[in-house]
Amino acid sequence: MRMTTFDGLKAAGGLLAAVFAIAPVAASAETLQLSLQNHKFHPAEAAVPANQPLTIEIDNLDATPAEFESKTLRVEKVVAGHAKISVQIRALPPGRYRFFDDYNEDTTEGFLVVK
Amino acid sequence: MLGALIIVFREVIEAGLIVGIVLAVTKGIHGRGRWIIAGVAGGIAGAALLAVFADALANALAGVGQEIFNACVLGLAVCMLTWHNIWMARHGREMAAELRDAGLAVKNGSRSLAALAIVVGVAVLREGSEIVLFLYGLVISGGSTALGLLAGSALGLLLGCAVSALTFLGLVTIPSRYLFGVTTTLITFLAAGLAAQSVLFLQQAGLITRLQATAWDSSAILSDTSLFGRLLHTLIGYSDQPSQMQVLVYGVTLATIFTLTKLLEPGKPRAATVAHTVA
Repeated sequence: MRMTTFDGLKAAGGLLAAVFAIAPVAASAETLQLSLQNHKFHPAEAAVPANQPLTIEIDNLDATPAEFESKTLRVEKVVAGHAKISVQIRALPPGRYRFFDDYNEDTTEGFLVVK
Repeated sequence: MLGALIIVFREVIEAGLIVGIVLAVTKGIHGRGRWIIAGVAGGIAGAALLAVFADALANALAGVGQEIFNACVLGLAVCMLTWHNIWMARHGREMAAELRDAGLAVKNGSRSLAALAIVVGVAVLREGSEIVLFLYGLVISGGSTALGLLAGSALGLLLGCAVSALTFLGLVTIPSRYLFGVTTTLITFLAAGLAAQSVLFLQQAGLITRLQATAWDSSAILSDTSLFGRLLHTLIGYSDQPSQMQVLVYGVTLATIFTLTKLLEPGKPRAATVAHTVA
């Protein structure tokens, strides 16, 4: 009786393992560097080529933590004060993609122009 | 102040809805209070630690530590919810029948409670660490607005707890013969949503690169940043622009948990009970 429950968990774990297994790490040629200072992104708008994976590096020059987030780019990542992070972005179709600091969404935003 | 209220409120409801559901699910199980409090307390302590070590975590594992951590705790929650559903399918009925009967039911019950305490802990940990970081940012920016922002945060916390309480109270008004079916379904969808969310972190880390295209865009119909969209996001994992892989994993998780729960249900002694267990 315990075995069957355990088997169930094993199957669920197996599902997760299958997801993890699909893991060729994206080697993105394109890297975009952004900085965050006085709650502003620099540059506030950046152009990148379409249909190519992208790495975005964010250097937070402020003492306050921020959460780099974008609905359309599908990212959310905390960056501590005076710290750096990077995120992998999928190959994007052309368009204008908004990103922002989730803790100051009204004032701290930027755009990625993909063309 | 309103901004702070909204940020704290929305993080608290995400965890609060889960706590509310777990409270309803465990209604009548002996000793659930201790387990759930332990889950919440563990989550808060973990959230504080996570916030303090945010930078170290972000830079761990070649810069994808934060994503791997999030994906793992979400995966853990999915496993625990699956475990719970299977356990309830096996023992829920006998427990409802002989609630007073201490002994085996209570002993097995605590195993399921531990699983749910982990789910609660993970929810509080993830949302809590964002609140801690946000508040930390407020405190170090200082200034005269900081007090107002803190007041807003406190109000957000209270409102979030109220939503959590309403979830619980709403669920427990469901007659107990339906409650079992409702909570099993809720937990299955909740788990599928968490699984889809963990995919997002693995994609962001560059560990899943297939099926990354956006499956659909329903943001014009129901944005998942709206209050109702957020509720659905937490409850059933609604996303207005999911990736194809997220949709796939969502579907597979749903099917897996439903199938396991059905397969591992003990045989019915009477044919009549089969009809209403389909729900």
